[in-house]
Amino acid sequence: MDGNGEQQARENRQEEYRLLVESIKPKHNLLQNCVNAFLVGGAICLIGQLFLIFYSGQGLGEKEAAAATAGTMVFIGALLTGMGVYDKIGKFAGAGSIVPITGFANSIVAPAMEYKREGFVFGVGAKMFTVAGPVLVYGTLISCIIGIIYFLLQ
Amino acid sequence: MGNKCGEQSVSFSQPLVITSGANIVGPDEGKGPLASYFDLILDDMLFGEKSWETAERKMLEESAKLALRKINLQPQDIDFFLAGDLMNQIISANFAARGLGIPFFGLFGACSTFAEAILLGGILIDGGFARRVLLSSSSHNLSAEKQFRFPVEQGVQRSPTAQWTTTGSGAVVLDAEGDGPRVSKGTVGKVLDLGVTDANNMGAAMAPAAADTILSHFQDTGTSPESYDLIVTGDLGKVGQEALLQLLRQRGCDPGDKVRDCGLLIYDLAAQDMHAGGSGCGCSATVFTGFLLKKLREKEYQNLLFVATGALMSPLSCQQGETIPAVAHAVAVSG
Repeated sequence: MDGNGEQQARENRQEEYRLLVESIKPKHNLLQNCVNAFLVGGAICLIGQLFLIFYSGQGLGEKEAAAATAGTMVFIGALLTGMGVYDKIGKFAGAGSIVPITGFANSIVAPAMEYKREGFVFGVGAKMFTVAGPVLVYGTLISCIIGIIYFLLQ
Repeated sequence: MGNKCGEQSVSFSQPLVITSGANIVGPDEGKGPLASYFDLILDDMLFGEKSWETAERKMLEESAKLALRKINLQPQDIDFFLAGDLMNQIISANFAARGLGIPFFGLFGACSTFAEAILLGGILIDGGFARRVLLSSSSHNLSAEKQFRFPVEQGVQRSPTAQWTTTGSGAVVLDAEGDGPRVSKGTVGKVLDLGVTDANNMGAAMAPAAADTILSHFQDTGTSPESYDLIVTGDLGKVGQEALLQLLRQRGCDPGDKVRDCGLLIYDLAAQDMHAGGSGCGCSATVFTGFLLKKLREKEYQNLLFVATGALMSPLSCQQGETIPAVAHAVAVSG
């Protein structure tokens, strides 16, 4: 058999095995996951909204109240992560607790906790953004691009 | 080559004896169905240490010492210590060997390490290079999660095909003579890869290697599924086990209901929410040293084929999009 034939045979075997594994694999329950994500994600946003109303009622302006709300939610996310609760919420809620800002706090605090044995520089400092880093990098990049488009359109 | 048998198997000139076995497991394993077979169940994942990594090496060292203590041996009575684990540069085994002071071979075969150690230890004794060897492997759920997956407190959902790295360490003493279950032959696995890239589905990546080693073992040694009471694979989990059964049947071998898996034996999957089952060098090592050795000693099982499987990827190779190669080593043990 020539080289191409062998490669073809290997690809066939791999494809055949892929189909076998697909047929065995347990599937995610998409509907259940969506419902869980909706409920928990919605609840987190509702709590945020309550804080926003509270801060606005205390006489903060629109921007200041929004910043105070974000700060409070980040604090709660970090606290629950530190108490070992947020990963349990995440297990149930999936994207519902990853997408809100509390999830962002979780993704920074979790690696910071994990790597504190490796010291403050090469551990906490270096590893803190292993999960959140890409979000920050591409978030910043996309905002710059959108900013330029907005500027050019004006 | 007197003791090589067929393409990839070895047959020892006289059976080697497993004179002692010991293990230590974590809290989750202690809540599983095999709890009564373990020597020590930790209630603290840190084992009184300051990090998960140091806890793992302490487990490995302590289980090795316990295996010696059970038959009143000292480290100086052992010719060689063979051990391995999942950590980068196998630090658990290396650092435990520092404490034991026995001439040491470090092994890496991922979750297949325990069977690899038994095979190599047997070869050392049968070749006349040693009289008695100490073999051990370990894994720790949290140190493995940290190295291979997400931080522990990260709020993400695990894939239903993901396996749970067992916290545990097992050790055996293999001797040229003595009382205990006997190892008569074994098969050294080839590294196989059928293109699985999902590190959350290691069972599927390892099943082809397990099937290949089992079939080669039968062919090389002139045995068949009827020769064994059970064929116990190490850590294929639910998905991998089903894939193994289908692969065996495709190649004309029907093992009936003789196939068991350490990853499925160690946990109550539904009650403990362990997804596809256990994995890690510590899974097959603790199930072997606890459950299987006891059943062999009590003659409930006469002949076992123990097939430990290992997925040989690293986090780096996965990030670079490589597929997952796997290996399986088999040893035949009789009661």
